[in-house]
Amino acid sequence: MNFYPAKLQSILDDLAMFPDRVERIQVLISIADRFKNPTEGEHPKPYPDDHKVPACESEAFVWVSLDDERKLKLEVAVLNPQGMSAMAMAMILKDSLDGESPETAAHVSEDVIYDIFGKELSMGKSMGLMGMVRLVKHFARDLAGTK
Amino acid sequence: MIIEQRGYAPTHNLVSTEWVEDHLEDSNLRIIESNEDPLLYVSGHIPGAVEVDWTRDLNDPLRRDYVDSAGFQALCERIGITPDTTLVFYGDKSNWWAAYALWVFSLFGHRKCLLMDGGRLKWESEGRPTSRESATVAPTQYPRSERDDSAIRAFRSQVLDHVARSGKLIDVRSPQEFSGERLHMADYPNEGALRGGHIPHAKNIPWARAVNPNTGEFRSAEELRALYEEEAGLASTDDVIVYCRIGERSAHTWFALKHLLGYQNVRNYDGSWTEWGNSVGLPIER
Repeated sequence: MNFYPAKLQSILDDLAMFPDRVERIQVLISIADRFKNPTEGEHPKPYPDDHKVPACESEAFVWVSLDDERKLKLEVAVLNPQGMSAMAMAMILKDSLDGESPETAAHVSEDVIYDIFGKELSMGKSMGLMGMVRLVKHFARDLAGTK
Repeated sequence: MIIEQRGYAPTHNLVSTEWVEDHLEDSNLRIIESNEDPLLYVSGHIPGAVEVDWTRDLNDPLRRDYVDSAGFQALCERIGITPDTTLVFYGDKSNWWAAYALWVFSLFGHRKCLLMDGGRLKWESEGRPTSRESATVAPTQYPRSERDDSAIRAFRSQVLDHVARSGKLIDVRSPQEFSGERLHMADYPNEGALRGGHIPHAKNIPWARAVNPNTGEFRSAEELRALYEEEAGLASTDDVIVYCRIGERSAHTWFALKHLLGYQNVRNYDGSWTEWGNSVGLPIER
């Protein structure tokens, strides 16, 4: 059984209400439609390589920081305008992990991508989406170690 | 450069985005989008286009093979085509998956298969119309046709015979995969192999060299000949086998050789390196 924080589990429960593939994709697209890249003031380009999501063909970048209460703030950029799956994944991670502790985020199972997108993802697509989760976890683990 | 000025073979099967937009109302034409990203089609597609998903629609769900004749018949009837329908394929990643879908349709003998130059990215970048509405198509009757693997598909034993005859092979993977430095394509670790290298005698022309990276359009015939004939030593009369790791990138190169340069004998070895590099006893070069 995979571990998911409450907000992420809630999103997955909502998605599970759409067993039909097309309906689920439409829900994911509506999630992706809310995605916005960081402004130049927030993160100027070119983005640093150590924030680039490994294996992501949509050229996604991730930043994870802590607020004054040691709660996570997640930011994601997706440079490929056709990177719809990456945008949906970014919004789901942001909706579910913003405000969580870094310890919680560090334990999210990477298999969440299959619970979101289904198991019919191509290898390239799944590796890119999994890479985004891994990078968020990597930064969260680093932040969990800082007091 | 417009397609007509690129010097392709007379039956080049490549159409422009402009041509496709001019034919959106053509009732005997079906536009088919085939992508890697499963969200792209639903997020907006050419009006009237249907989706063919390479995993769900083209592959046998159990065996490593393509759908059988009944599966292909069901697919064709679902997307509302007859043997006389002209199909226009397009998709993401410079038509990588679209060319693969076109190749599978060709295995079943569907003759009127065209590819839209530049694919999805070019259509969007030109500001052409898109729709999020699923295409409504009237189901059709499509006769069951046996898949013919003999002309454009190669199997392992045939590739072995080809190697023994010093036949021409084009490996369209990255130089790192070709040299054996890497056992899988970057970012595709589960599609790797136990051994690295390439099939003996193969020449390495990565698939994407056939397209302009800025526009996604195919290069001109002169540029393609420089790649495949001057660099790789092919001649238009050669019996050629192309391969990659599972046969999808090489379907793109198959299209360039077969349809743009007019080669008569080009086969795609879809077993590719995931079969060859994992098989016991097969010859490998590095």
